[in-house]
Amino acid sequence: MATLAAVVGIGQTRYKSRRGDVSIAGLVREAAVNALKDADLGWDDIDAVIIGKAPDMFEGVVMPEIYLTDALGCNGKPMLRVHTAGSVGGSTALVAASHVQSGMFKRVLTVTFEKQSESNAMWALSTPQPFSVHLNAGAGGYFAPIIREYMRRSKAPYDVGIKVAVKDRLHGARNPLSHLQLPKITMQEVEESMMLWDPIRFLEACPSSDGACAMVIAAEELVAQSPKPPAWIRGVAMRSEPTMYAGREEVSPQAGRDCAADVYRQAGISDPRKDLDCAEVYVPFSWYEPMWLENLGFAPQGEGWKLTMSGATSLDDGGDIPWNCSGGVLSSNPIGASGMIRFAEAARQVRGDAGNHQVEGAKLALGHAYGGGAQFFAMWVVGAEKP
Amino acid sequence: MNDQVEDITGIETPVYLHYHFTAGSAPARFLRRIKEGVLTGQRCPRCRNVYIPPRGSCPACGIPTEDEVVLPDKATVQSFTVVAIPIPNNPIKPPFVIANLVLDGANISFIHLMSECDNSEVHIGQRVQAVWKPVDEWTYAMDNIRYFRPIDEPDVPVDRIGTLATTGLET
Amino acid sequence: MKDVAIVAFSQSDCLAQAGAANEVELIMPQLQAVFQQVGLNNAQDVDFVCSGSCDYLQGAAFAFVAGVDALGAVPPIKESHVEMDAAWALYESILKIRMGHAESALVYGFGRASSGNLRTVLSQQLDPYYLAPLWIDSISLAALQARMLLDRGLVTERDMAEVVARCRRNALNNPHARLSGEISIETLLAEPGLVAPLRKSDCAPVADGAAAMIICTVEQAREWAVPFALISGIDHRIETHNLGMRDLCDSVSTRLAAGTAGVAQGPVEVAELYAPFSHQEIILSRALGLGADTEINPSGGAMAGNLMMASGLSRIGEVFRRIVSGDISRGVAHATSGPCLQHNLVAVLESA
Repeated sequence: MATLAAVVGIGQTRYKSRRGDVSIAGLVREAAVNALKDADLGWDDIDAVIIGKAPDMFEGVVMPEIYLTDALGCNGKPMLRVHTAGSVGGSTALVAASHVQSGMFKRVLTVTFEKQSESNAMWALSTPQPFSVHLNAGAGGYFAPIIREYMRRSKAPYDVGIKVAVKDRLHGARNPLSHLQLPKITMQEVEESMMLWDPIRFLEACPSSDGACAMVIAAEELVAQSPKPPAWIRGVAMRSEPTMYAGREEVSPQAGRDCAADVYRQAGISDPRKDLDCAEVYVPFSWYEPMWLENLGFAPQGEGWKLTMSGATSLDDGGDIPWNCSGGVLSSNPIGASGMIRFAEAARQVRGDAGNHQVEGAKLALGHAYGGGAQFFAMWVVGAEKP
Repeated sequence: MNDQVEDITGIETPVYLHYHFTAGSAPARFLRRIKEGVLTGQRCPRCRNVYIPPRGSCPACGIPTEDEVVLPDKATVQSFTVVAIPIPNNPIKPPFVIANLVLDGANISFIHLMSECDNSEVHIGQRVQAVWKPVDEWTYAMDNIRYFRPIDEPDVPVDRIGTLATTGLET
Repeated sequence: MKDVAIVAFSQSDCLAQAGAANEVELIMPQLQAVFQQVGLNNAQDVDFVCSGSCDYLQGAAFAFVAGVDALGAVPPIKESHVEMDAAWALYESILKIRMGHAESALVYGFGRASSGNLRTVLSQQLDPYYLAPLWIDSISLAALQARMLLDRGLVTERDMAEVVARCRRNALNNPHARLSGEISIETLLAEPGLVAPLRKSDCAPVADGAAAMIICTVEQAREWAVPFALISGIDHRIETHNLGMRDLCDSVSTRLAAGTAGVAQGPVEVAELYAPFSHQEIILSRALGLGADTEINPSGGAMAGNLMMASGLSRIGEVFRRIVSGDISRGVAHATSGPCLQHNLVAVLESA
């Protein structure tokens, strides 16, 4: 009984390590203006604004919606700020969609961002906590042991991660917005890059980017007001589980599997590899592609790496289920926005609007985001056709 | 005279905020004991799993953990990574090993350093024991344990990690 | 539009300092209280969970993640979080119910403001380029606002003291209050200024604690066979961040939200207003168009104890309590966020 909603406008900023030409307000406004232009709408056409970003500590601005309301044309309107750790870009899109799907709003603007150059994310992620051992491990230090366990269980060859690192950067080279532009990247170059947290090498890890991503989501009755084809929202789901508990399956978290099952059920998907045309999946460390291929049901347990090695997820190799044609998190990573970029890029695909990284004839796409200790998941399925 | 004056496009605005931090009641009980050199876990009354360091609740059941269980300082490597990035104010030099270790008698792992080992020989299932700092350096912190080092005991099979009693792997 | 009902509410005592209690230990008793009120066990028994908190109060990123440990989130649950007062977590939950993806939701908020120096921490909410480096604390900003009100003859210091005295007296009936008691206007006015024209008594006493609420569809409330109050209207609006560009003596966003929420569509027997400062209660009551028939802050409001990140939810909870107890049949609750009432939420509650 949810109101049908669609993405009618998408706006992003060029992702770079440092946007020294704009303030935080300028950065989010740029994405918002791009989204409005894409939807052929003005500020007055927006009923509410929903923003999201990663921890406030990244930029040191407490509750930034308070400061950003003017930049986002939100004065006199409702404003909400979502924060669900790394999945925030995705969950913000879901909360924004719920504004319309609940029937309470007709058209909303949603923006996510991170201006990492004005912050110290490594510090914020690893602030010494009193009474705890200070390991300065960061995200890599947390995920590397889990990846190692996946490698042990699946007996995957050592270079699966390397292959993903190359594939996603080659995809990114097709995307003018991508932070990393590495059209000449090779397997050898990745293999020889410095090992940071074994088995994660420098070139197998995501960059740190400044950037913002915005979308306009409208109710069915208003969709025709925007000239470009819409991306109909066919399924929305989120799941959380505790960071740690006895017997927790960390390699393929239950929350991810449950979230995928929920969103597939809503979208009428029974075989994700066949039913979906492409996917934008949150892969910040290369090995997470084979791991998520299994977690999301694209490959049987233990065989995600085979799918990767076969080239099935590569646009350049003509794979049947391209993943992260935009370049993914491995090519651009403004943390608070990364989840929404996945959702937005999935929408671009089914609108036929993904430029040089378009999957020919894409009709149904998955957007995926995760955060925390791989414990928060947000996913959506968007389609060119109404359900 | 300097002809080239760069536009100012940003300013550094340091933010210093002081906080009083509390670990919480359950962690505080754990910390008082670790100051005495004793490792204690807390057991969930419903699922019976032992958590160390305890945080006050069993995350799976959502209820307070109360029962204290004294644990030995021997553990098993559940997973690990070799880190190239140094730790500020810590003499340990990269590349070093950080590992998720499960103490005998506990059912979850915690993260800590490993040392006195050949990084390439660290493996899942390996047995380790705590190397404590000198007694006079002990405080309310997990890093009373400087690191864990490998000990000469048989490896724990992967499917048994996290299920051992306080007495370790039975022979 | 689907009706949403409140079926349970609980709030911790407002403590000057929660002492050695971490997030999990603060939240769990309130969650257990609301589950018990309805006859549930843990988060598995509701369809959605949403919380409100602010990392900077505790000085640790991801404070809310710790809260997930209090829920019993195995198997995984549908859960979300706003970095705002839990009144906005309630709002997000209402959207979830109205789109048909949940029949019930658990909402909670918590804060340990005592860990840091709150008024200084809140200065970092301000524009990071122009204002935050000036470290203008939240009390000073409120004092600016109070000064404007006084200078324009819109309130007197006596009016402000009357708000304080009334709230403290009302708080005598509030078992969770941090500050309560009879105090004369003269005693209050004799206090020296803290940040003039604000006296210490004009500032709501900040408290550590947590609050929780369960909401659901009317059908679900009937299935659970528990008394409930209807949320017949809810809306929130934000104003410009630039203090010089809005009228600090009025709350335009509160008036807007009140209009959409339908405040004037019936009698307002009780209004619980989240006013962190005494003069702000007056601004809010005028913006809501409240008359002499409305009892304002019978719980004592935030003046009894300001649970950061949960006070807004508590105002809604206090109105809920008075409806299900039969004291009233219609009331208004308000929540605020940001400097000088920048962002305001208004909810109208009615008996079934």
